[in-house]
Amino acid sequence: MTPEAPAKKQITVPVMADLAARNESPEILFWVGCAGAFDDRYKRVTRAFVRILDHVGTNYAVLGLEESCTGDPAKRAGNEFLFQMQAMQNITTLNGYGIKKIVTACPHCFNTIKNEYPALGGDYEVIHHSTYLQQLINEGKVGVTGGESFKGRRITFHDSCYLGRANNIYEAPREVLAALDADLVEMKRSRANGLCCGAGGAQMWKEPEPGKKDINIERTEEALATLAGKADALANLGGVETETAAPGTHDLQGSIIAVGCPFCMTMMSDGVKNKEQEANVQVFDLAELVASAEGINA
Amino acid sequence: MPTILRPQTFPPYLYRMLQSILFLLLLVAAFGLFAWQVRKIRANILVGRDRDMSGHSAERFRKTLLVAFGQQKMFKRMTPALLHLVVYVGFLVINIEVIEIVIDGLFGNIFGFHRSLKFLGPVYDVLMATNEILAALVIVAVAAFWWRRNSNPPLKRFTGPELRMWPKLDANIILYIEVALMLALFFMNTADLKLHQMRGEDLPGTFPVSNLLVGLLPSSEGTLHVLERLGWWIHITGILLFLNYLPSSKHFHIIMAFPNVWYSRLVPQGQFSNVESITNEVKAMMDPSFVVPPAPTAPDGSALAPTPFGAKDVDDLPWTNLLNAYSCTECGRCTSVCPANLTGKLLSPRKIIMDTRDRMEEKYNSPLIFRPNVYGAEAKHEPITDLANATLLRGKVTPEELWACTTCNACVESCPVNINPLESIIEMRRFLVLEESAAPNSLNVMFSNIENNGAPWAFSPSDRFNWADDLFAAEKPAKAAVA
Repeated sequence: MTPEAPAKKQITVPVMADLAARNESPEILFWVGCAGAFDDRYKRVTRAFVRILDHVGTNYAVLGLEESCTGDPAKRAGNEFLFQMQAMQNITTLNGYGIKKIVTACPHCFNTIKNEYPALGGDYEVIHHSTYLQQLINEGKVGVTGGESFKGRRITFHDSCYLGRANNIYEAPREVLAALDADLVEMKRSRANGLCCGAGGAQMWKEPEPGKKDINIERTEEALATLAGKADALANLGGVETETAAPGTHDLQGSIIAVGCPFCMTMMSDGVKNKEQEANVQVFDLAELVASAEGINA
Repeated sequence: MPTILRPQTFPPYLYRMLQSILFLLLLVAAFGLFAWQVRKIRANILVGRDRDMSGHSAERFRKTLLVAFGQQKMFKRMTPALLHLVVYVGFLVINIEVIEIVIDGLFGNIFGFHRSLKFLGPVYDVLMATNEILAALVIVAVAAFWWRRNSNPPLKRFTGPELRMWPKLDANIILYIEVALMLALFFMNTADLKLHQMRGEDLPGTFPVSNLLVGLLPSSEGTLHVLERLGWWIHITGILLFLNYLPSSKHFHIIMAFPNVWYSRLVPQGQFSNVESITNEVKAMMDPSFVVPPAPTAPDGSALAPTPFGAKDVDDLPWTNLLNAYSCTECGRCTSVCPANLTGKLLSPRKIIMDTRDRMEEKYNSPLIFRPNVYGAEAKHEPITDLANATLLRGKVTPEELWACTTCNACVESCPVNINPLESIIEMRRFLVLEESAAPNSLNVMFSNIENNGAPWAFSPSDRFNWADDLFAAEKPAKAAVA
């Protein structure tokens, strides 16, 4: 089946306040997050994820204008007061609507709501969109066919700290990628040994401290060397003493760095630009890859 | 010289008794001194803030078994894991021989027996043989450790401003003592073996290494007897001295690793601690009917000084973070995986842990040997002249280090004994932000964006839902169930 100028359908995103007015409740609330709502690049991820939710007929809703920052950057920066103000405000909103289950495409929102809201009175089942996408694929609701083919393209997954080490989710994003039938390659520093993109802990909003290199450059170099299969380049990176890189060199053309976090998206994209590889290597979120493969990413 | 002091005429029973008494005194003194040092360290740890770590015994037990006894997290790096395993198992097994030495030393002399565990028979043979082989392997492993630290250049994680002077010397002293103890063990066994061989007697036990060394010793019974005694005394005195060296050294981890893993956090690593006092304030602000629980009072009912938000000094940190500092063996795995440190920033998680220990000992009880790190221009430290500012924060840890952290948990994940440098970093950030309003300016902008716009960027909250405008999906024929 080749997608020949497919027809488009408009999606009206269901808003929680409207559902509540009709006395309805969604099965799951999609927590968009500030990056997903405001950052131009990550808005495309939000839209791709909504296309998937709509495509599989999920009974979902978003808070729309009622959503506010979870407080994650404030908490990591040490501003516990501001964090708790934000958290209490969001918990009041969520509890007011009787929300039970939340899905989000941001590992920072995911970690904060899942782990830090319960102490303040917000108890929800929170899942990251990588886990949700994995479930949809396992249930056969998303076939990952009919759209763009990723067969033979080299993809490496960059672990987000707040999904990986913070919450021990390493396999779900990899299983999602495995469904694409692409060539998955692992960076030397992956899973629990993954190297941060450099944006966590509120670094996203400040200049880095003086040093000899930016963290996202170090990480991008590793990703590019892995995609290109350059063992010598990998050996020069200050990685952990684990496996050696797969030998054999590859053309970077058409390679993909896959991410599952808005901050990683920004940092890795900037890194690829810095290395002047944006014509060859693209950075995509899992939801974008799935929506494209499914042929619904208009 | 009066005749009485000449060994030949000294009555043998008196000579043996004297040895027993001397040994008893040595033992009592060594353990007494060790207990005294442990008490001081315990007091240091307890200056930390209260934190309830009770409960979950089954899970804690499992974790201690795996991570502390089983060294699970060491095996992320094979070479050092295997070398360390040799020394660790050697330490455990050779300690069984120490039990024998203590029994021999206390009673053997008086009652005229020697090698009191020999009644174990074949088990004793296996035990002694294992001991000797492990002791030889320990010497090999220690040599490798020494090389990893002292070759040029050394392993990268054994470098850094926090690992000069005393910490560097300390690491080598430990290695030298370990080799000396193993050599004394061989000295003692070889002399004993040769003595028995010369007398045509059978020495209980099997000694594969000492068997190879008998040729090196002189063939005089008197000298061999003295050498055997000398080896015995050096071995046990060395062990007791080493025991008392531990509290001054990073080698204290051989004891503290166990309680530290037991009391490690059981929640997901991404979950940062909640500040209860702030929760009360925020609740009171949002809900006028909320009654703030009364502040804790001193035992006599008087009001306590208000505790600051976050940590400025060691006593502001939870006690578990102070326990962390005594469990650290300065291996540098944390620093070697820290993204900030890897890219040349000032932050080194190991330094923060070492600074915490130095500061505790500077402010409260110090061990027998106390030589805290002094940093120079390289660590961007200005000499602290004003004692009020000699706190952990600024006195030892600079804000520049703290702000370089990405909170990625790589340090926490990498620590073989579950030390959590990230918690201390966040506590000190809290102090900087909440008590001193000393966040970097760009972060203050981010804070006010969250306050005003509900987002860390300067976007209008009314634009928050714009992403859903003109949202289209490619039409796809209704999907037949995919197998």
